[in-house]
Amino acid sequence: MNWGVNLEAPGQSGHLDLLIKKTCSGNKRALSRLITLAENDPQLRLEILRRIYSHTGNAYLIGITGPPGSGKSTLADKMTKYLRTRDFTVGIVAVDPSSPFSGGAILGDRIRMSDLALDEKVYIRSMATRGHLGGLSTAVESAILIMDACGCDFILIETVGVGQSEVEIMEIVDTTLVVSVPGLGDDIQMIKAGILEIGNVLVVNKADREGAVELANQLRVMQQLDTARREGSDNWTPPIVLTCAEENRGIDELWNEIEKHKAAYIERDTYHALRKARIRREVNTLLLAEMSKLIFKKMNIGASLEASLPEMYTRTANPFDWIYERIRDLETIFVERRERL
Amino acid sequence: MTEKKIKVLVAKPGLDGHDRGAKVIAKALSDAGFEVIYTGLRQTPEQIAAAAIAEDVDVVAMSLLSGAHNTLFPRVVELLRKNEGEDILVIGGGVIPDKDIPFLVENGVSAIFTPGTSTKETIAYIRRVLAERESA
Repeated sequence: MNWGVNLEAPGQSGHLDLLIKKTCSGNKRALSRLITLAENDPQLRLEILRRIYSHTGNAYLIGITGPPGSGKSTLADKMTKYLRTRDFTVGIVAVDPSSPFSGGAILGDRIRMSDLALDEKVYIRSMATRGHLGGLSTAVESAILIMDACGCDFILIETVGVGQSEVEIMEIVDTTLVVSVPGLGDDIQMIKAGILEIGNVLVVNKADREGAVELANQLRVMQQLDTARREGSDNWTPPIVLTCAEENRGIDELWNEIEKHKAAYIERDTYHALRKARIRREVNTLLLAEMSKLIFKKMNIGASLEASLPEMYTRTANPFDWIYERIRDLETIFVERRERL
Repeated sequence: MTEKKIKVLVAKPGLDGHDRGAKVIAKALSDAGFEVIYTGLRQTPEQIAAAAIAEDVDVVAMSLLSGAHNTLFPRVVELLRKNEGEDILVIGGGVIPDKDIPFLVENGVSAIFTPGTSTKETIAYIRRVLAERESA
């Protein structure tokens, strides 16, 4: 908990190194502490990721998204057990929403994964979105990288499944599963939400329930009507798999389809392009965050905005003019810098 | 700059039949801005300790109604200590007779919150102890 690493203090960097070394050799306690450090301190996060980077890139990432109650956690539990029979090391990141009001969260996905708690080769981490609208904060992405460095063969990332996060997850994982269940009201809504574009494998869970086969058929029809995909360069039509995760049914079939996607995906030229795109995106996101903070601090944006706020409110000052001025100020700094060189 | 949140594992060791109390405390803690990990009913001490370590929680809050607290609570403390989790604050609640409290405290449970204690008190306690540890 209270690990307090101050990188400026002499000798402290050694502690971080030890933690990282232990993590990269598979120590789960070190792993969990490292994830906490990265989660709580954005600057330390950058340093940690820098040091573990060369150990990453090995894990195969699978995203599991879908509406609340669709059985994602149970599915993750069963999928992990399947992987364990093949002696793979598995990491699971279960993301749940933070309350926009209290800032707190209830992270209950572990309930479905109790058996796995004692498996040495499984590491489960629950994370709250902490105000990140899309559901996948850089804290979550860094946890994934750290687990990768620790030696996970597969990492399952389970997300909130409310709109934006589905798109985000598709960008950071290798295979995306979109889970739906029969009986959630208007099935067309789910289809409209764009899951056909996002999912590499579509899972109809709770297949023992009424309407499961109908839902699968509806999804199939929508796929056939999706001309954009048919005409696109992507040769992969997402298979539709029926599962009943609670009863461990359909899991073998699901893995079969994931393996097929993995093989097809890795074979494609786009595999390398996609993984590079992931790095590009991560670097851009982190760089944008750190640079913005620096600029805001150096230009004293916070205080200066506060001072101008009353006039903006009474409409005697125009916030958009203010914005233009700040941008011009920044540009001036660059021009001056060039002139000085 | 820190984004640190207080993380609490709310755990139900043993064979309790329901978790209404645990859910109440979980909700209260979450409303107070904490991140609460709840692992469900019928957890063994091993499962609780393993989850606490993996999630790197600040606090383990155990709730037990069926009388096995003198065995199960100290067992969780022991497992935490064995697995580099000695810095995790352990608290308990549920149906715990007053006469058992000294024994539990002796065995690593920092505080017991019996029925009737307001959740506010528990939250304040957690904040206070963690703040004290931070400044130490």
